[in-house]
Amino acid sequence: MTPQTAKRPAFVRDLLGRSDYAIIGEIVEPNSKVLDLGCGEGELLEWLAANKGVQARGLEISGAKVQRAIARGVSAYQGDIDEGLADYPDQAFDYVILSQTLQETHRPRQVLREMLRVGRRGIVAFPNFGQWRVRLSMLASGRAPRTRLFPHEWYESPNIHFLTVHDFEALAALDGMTVERRYFLSGHRRVQWLPNLLAEVAVFLVARG
Amino acid sequence: MIVDANIVRFDSLPLDCGVTLAPVDVAYESYGELNRARSNAILVLHAFSGDAHAAGISHETGKPGWWDNMIGPGKGFDTDRYFVICSNVLGGCRGTTGPSSVNPATGCPFAMSFPVITIGDMVRLQKMLVDWFGIPRLLSVTGGSMGGMQALEWAVAYPDRVVSAIPIACTTRHSAQQIAFNEVGRQAIVADPDWNEGNYYGKQPPARGLAVARMVGHITYMSDDSMREKFGRRLRGKENFGFGFDVDFEVESYLRYRGSQFVNRFDANSYLYITKAMDYFDLTNGSGSLAAALEPAGARFLLISFSSDWLYPSYQSQEIVRALRSRNCDVAYVELESNYGHDSFLVDVAEQTGLVRGFLASTFEKVA
Repeated sequence: MTPQTAKRPAFVRDLLGRSDYAIIGEIVEPNSKVLDLGCGEGELLEWLAANKGVQARGLEISGAKVQRAIARGVSAYQGDIDEGLADYPDQAFDYVILSQTLQETHRPRQVLREMLRVGRRGIVAFPNFGQWRVRLSMLASGRAPRTRLFPHEWYESPNIHFLTVHDFEALAALDGMTVERRYFLSGHRRVQWLPNLLAEVAVFLVARG
Repeated sequence: MIVDANIVRFDSLPLDCGVTLAPVDVAYESYGELNRARSNAILVLHAFSGDAHAAGISHETGKPGWWDNMIGPGKGFDTDRYFVICSNVLGGCRGTTGPSSVNPATGCPFAMSFPVITIGDMVRLQKMLVDWFGIPRLLSVTGGSMGGMQALEWAVAYPDRVVSAIPIACTTRHSAQQIAFNEVGRQAIVADPDWNEGNYYGKQPPARGLAVARMVGHITYMSDDSMREKFGRRLRGKENFGFGFDVDFEVESYLRYRGSQFVNRFDANSYLYITKAMDYFDLTNGSGSLAAALEPAGARFLLISFSSDWLYPSYQSQEIVRALRSRNCDVAYVELESNYGHDSFLVDVAEQTGLVRGFLASTFEKVA
């Protein structure tokens, strides 16, 4: 490794390889209190704790993943998102993160409501089902779409509630959520135009209206 | 690692029942080195029948400690990094003052004149030991089963003295089923004529009663699966049933063996006192509100339960986790898959080691 590359500040994307993590890393204020719903093995929380000094908590349904999260020092606990938020007091966190998890929950609307009860802000990242590749895949094959972000056969997919950028905006308006910031991504590039058609992943920063 | 047990004597200990014990001895062992900042100390709390010999090879008996697979250089509780202390509980029979100790007022063993003790009393004595070491704050308090109850009591009774707590396979209060199993053990002891109202010291101890109590205990520590795997319906040293009441099955032989072994190392009156302390334990003090009981607790928590543990089922750990969440406390929790029942925290430690190591390292980072 050359001295130049060694000195380059590590960017969350390089560490984790997930574009939505990079955006979340940008959004989260230093020294805040963060709950990650569906935290997996705790990579994002570990990064946020080390680089932003956040107080990090994670919820994850897979025991094996919770184990790895705890082993890396993250305070994660095993539980179900659809029920796991009920115990928290109101406004317990500065941010509650749903990183590509919303589409896997049984009652996404309830989860969003609970998210903004226990958190002052919510960060919601999800794969955009309206992206042209998804539309094309379905149009061309006549079968449930399969793309890079939706690689699963329909019968194996963890995704049970598909949504698009427009769908999220509509629900936000219906339920009185304020969208404070929105980011649209394709690969690691920002999408500027026609996000519902071009974005692979959308990241919303929301607050209670 | 050859280790010796040490004994410290304290002038007096006030008990929850109103009596003051004076003096009180505490047997302890320690492993690793206390650092200069005195910030790397971990207090390990033993389960019902454990003792101060948690790790290493005992100088006295040549036997490994009860958690030797978890405590030592490079292990979950890494003695290259941390200073680990374990003491025998109040009421015990392995060096700390208990019913088999001599009552200074009479010159005879206390027997049933020993005052009834609580988990809170045990913890109060441990705190005196920690003070004696000059440790301002413990990096962690940890233990399984009754050790977990003590860890919870520590977190609530002395919140400014613990940075973190790792209660494993435990509860904040015994259910009727847990009390019931303890009561069967106690009744087995008192039904033995040799028990003699507790006055058996220097005579024949209630070995049969104590052995039966231990047999019941052992069943509750295992699981249906682990017993099937270990014994099945295999016969012991015979091809056919004996058509009598000697040992036929392997499992009978095992239980009898474990029962008879226990008699050599445990005092029947300690069995009565300590099981009673466990049954009395209620972190909520009868109020039933765990969230209120946990209000003072400021420690970081790691709770662990085991899938096949039916004596301290996961729901009891989950109750604690939920109450800690409702207080917005820092809590990590996972149920580990294991077939070994309640004994899992003692015998199936590979995954537990990874959890403990990571949790302690990140906790230590914050205080160092």
